[in-house]
Amino acid sequence: MPKHRLERCGLTVTGACVALVTVLVVTLIVMVASHGLATFANDGIAVGDFLLGTTWNPHQADANGNPTVGALPMICGSFAVTILSTVIALPIAIGSAIFVVEVAPGFGRRVFQPLIELLVGIPSVVYGLIGLSVVVAWTRSWSGSTGYGILSASIVLAVMVLPTVTSLSIDALASVPHEYREGSYALGCTRWQTIWNVVLRSATPSLMTATILGMTRAFGESLAVQMVIGNSAQIPGSLLTPASTLTSVLTMGMGNEAMGTVYNDVLWSLALLLMAMSLVFILIIHLIGGRGAVRHG
Amino acid sequence: MQARQDISRRQFLKVAGGVAALAGLGLVGCGGSNASSSTASTTTTSLSGSITAVGSTALQPLVEAAAEQFMGANAGVQITVQGGGSGQGITQISQGAVQIGDSDVFAEEKLADKADASKLTDNKVAVVGMGPIVSPDVTVSDITLADLASIFCGTITNWSQVGGADQAITVINRASGSGTRATFESNVLAGITVPDTFKPQEQDSSGTVAKMVAETPGSISYLAFSYFDDTKFHALKVGGVSPEAASVEDNSWTIWAYEHMYTASTPDAATQAFIDYMMGSEVQGSLVEQNGYIPVSGMKVTRDATGAVSAN
Repeated sequence: MPKHRLERCGLTVTGACVALVTVLVVTLIVMVASHGLATFANDGIAVGDFLLGTTWNPHQADANGNPTVGALPMICGSFAVTILSTVIALPIAIGSAIFVVEVAPGFGRRVFQPLIELLVGIPSVVYGLIGLSVVVAWTRSWSGSTGYGILSASIVLAVMVLPTVTSLSIDALASVPHEYREGSYALGCTRWQTIWNVVLRSATPSLMTATILGMTRAFGESLAVQMVIGNSAQIPGSLLTPASTLTSVLTMGMGNEAMGTVYNDVLWSLALLLMAMSLVFILIIHLIGGRGAVRHG
Repeated sequence: MQARQDISRRQFLKVAGGVAALAGLGLVGCGGSNASSSTASTTTTSLSGSITAVGSTALQPLVEAAAEQFMGANAGVQITVQGGGSGQGITQISQGAVQIGDSDVFAEEKLADKADASKLTDNKVAVVGMGPIVSPDVTVSDITLADLASIFCGTITNWSQVGGADQAITVINRASGSGTRATFESNVLAGITVPDTFKPQEQDSSGTVAKMVAETPGSISYLAFSYFDDTKFHALKVGGVSPEAASVEDNSWTIWAYEHMYTASTPDAATQAFIDYMMGSEVQGSLVEQNGYIPVSGMKVTRDATGAVSAN
């Protein structure tokens, strides 16, 4: 084959791949958006009632004859489990990243990182089952509640996002140039002072990216959460009462409702909300990445 | 340099257009082949064609087992059985996207436009009985239907109110809109509206519910008879009647529902043959019982979409 033909052939194949992905992403967004917005356009539900309403029961109508589709309990639930699981996982992730990068790099590369990668590969249903029989039972044993709730869900989620956050944190700390550390030691800083003031400080943007990627995973996880959170669409009053998340309501309801009904439309609206949230997370990551790049010159 | 970029951009657009056109053609092609295969099966004498059955996950194992046997006897027929839930089954059959829609509930209860249900043919292939189950530490073994309704409305919250020990009741409900919950609510609550303030836990899979009731003290939920397991939890009697097939058949146990396989009002030959096979003795006499269902042929009563019961 002549060289210019080969060139063109390669261009066509790679271009087709890009076009396919673009078409796929655009169709996906358009589809979720068109179904999700039908709730407001066709079924006459006010956006405010959906976002701020506290009663979720689309099979029943309220006093005015409108279906009760308040999504606030699920929005609260989703944010609560996301933030709490990150709060649990982050110190552990950064702590082990410091140990692996700064204290024992050999052990880290040979033993710890493969171990962490093993955690990534475990399917979420397995986490859910372990959560159901271990975490829920443990919570029940000391709290006197049923054990299902935000606390159990956050513990399970923390274990699930731990590998993501840890391996990204390890990468973040390892990418801090060695000269920084040597400069710090030359000035007479101890190892702890070097880690705290130099390594962590200059890795902050990458560590924040790691955190937000972990939060994105926690926000979107459905199966394991659904098994341990109790799935009760009420505003979470405590960490120990059953609650629900956007994803758990979606997975439980989607197969049961026929297309075109109000319930089905509202579920699409929940999906749209989830998608919008992940877009926000990605946007934040890009903003942080941009800022970090500017600071490092 | 500028010229080169221009070319690649133009080529990119060409490629993008090509891919879009291909995708469009593919969709049209799919639609077309579906139509032609169904016409082909009506013209040939021996059965051939492909059938897709979508819907209820509860009914899926039975349809799969029957489809396997049917395909063994009719080599020309290809049957694909998919889950997805009763809502999916009803949606897809009323859109004409599949040949059979499996459902735990009457189509009238699912469709936004009730008139669409009359365009479908309802084939009741089996009966499923359901009953309340409690965790092993609950001492109550018999409960009235009214007390059961009160528990699931949140007005009775302690086992001592129904003759048990002083222990809080943890209600574990099924996903709103699931066939099991619809059956339970229409037969137990019978029109009572659950107050919005009562928000019990919800779970969507029977297996998970069984595990939760076994492990959560003071809990109550409900399951199809086939999931009953006396070693892990107790099934309650309701008004003195035991949850068993014989009491469902004469309607003395009222918590039961049909399993439906909806087809178009004029299904193609292969689909009709498969439905006839489902209703025949090879399935009703053996597979139905093996999968924990009650054969329709044994029922002494009939119930319609509105819940009215008449003797056979």
